[in-house]
Amino acid sequence: MYNVAVLGDRDSVLGFKALGLQVFFADSKEQAAEQIHGLARKKYAVIYITETLAAQIPQEIAQYKDEVMPAIILIPGRQGSLGIGMKNLKCSVERAVGVDIFND
Amino acid sequence: MATSSTTTNMTRMELTRLKNRLKTARRGHKLLKDKRDELMKQFLDLVRLNKELRIRVEEALMKSHASFAVASALMSPSMMEQALLYPKQSVALDVAYCNIMSVNVPVYGFKTRSDDPSEIFPYGFAMTSGELDAAVASLSQVFQDMLKLAEVEKTTQLLAEEIEKTRRRVSALEYVMIPNMTEKIRYISMKLEENERGNITRLMKVKDMILKEAHGYQE
Repeated sequence: MYNVAVLGDRDSVLGFKALGLQVFFADSKEQAAEQIHGLARKKYAVIYITETLAAQIPQEIAQYKDEVMPAIILIPGRQGSLGIGMKNLKCSVERAVGVDIFND
Repeated sequence: MATSSTTTNMTRMELTRLKNRLKTARRGHKLLKDKRDELMKQFLDLVRLNKELRIRVEEALMKSHASFAVASALMSPSMMEQALLYPKQSVALDVAYCNIMSVNVPVYGFKTRSDDPSEIFPYGFAMTSGELDAAVASLSQVFQDMLKLAEVEKTTQLLAEEIEKTRRRVSALEYVMIPNMTEKIRYISMKLEENERGNITRLMKVKDMILKEAHGYQE
């Protein structure tokens, strides 16, 4: 059995606690990087992370891109969507096809 | 090719070996090309789905963040934390693997500890704001989509990696391996033919010499 983790600043992710997900708080870049590596080693299959935090640690996230476990998924934080999640999707398309064929 | 003349053995054995390798390379090229096309087909469908899901999830999450903002304005931070700190519900994830063209992709199934939908409210209603209920309820609705998004997004990433790899292999075979080998084969067979011709002339020359010695006549 695997768990689902949510990582972000306190105000953005507190609500997920009610759903029964494991919530972890991180406010700085160092904390976030440490948490991500820690969670990836444990039995977390899916890690949701707020875009604000993800923007600060792109290398750490890219590291797990080609691994089956864990899936690191960006979600908009309290500040609103920054469009990074969409940009990552475009990156995968570019990687596979060579050009971005969905640019609209 | 300059390198082939120095490194290749000009033998019939080498020629047979190269011909066999070329045959394998051609077959591999065709198979990999088919694999790439099929992967691409699946990938494009998934990307569309991924995009839709992402838009839906982001919108829903923004709404729920808005409700949370209102709730936290109405309640004190400590009350808010107290209300959400000890969840009644818990979620466990079941991960199965599905094989798409030899790429293992995850399929998530989730189990909640209790099926009662009202179990998501881990607090008493007396001390909390109604906005909090709305926020938590909207989060629980979007969770289904969020999990689907995780599955699809991971699959897209893994497929993208595999497509990139396959594409490289296809082009390496098409533009480097196969032309190189055909060139080598041509070179060796021409060299062998040249040797053969040289041999024939030599034989004719020897024959002339022997005839001359035996009968003392010249052509």
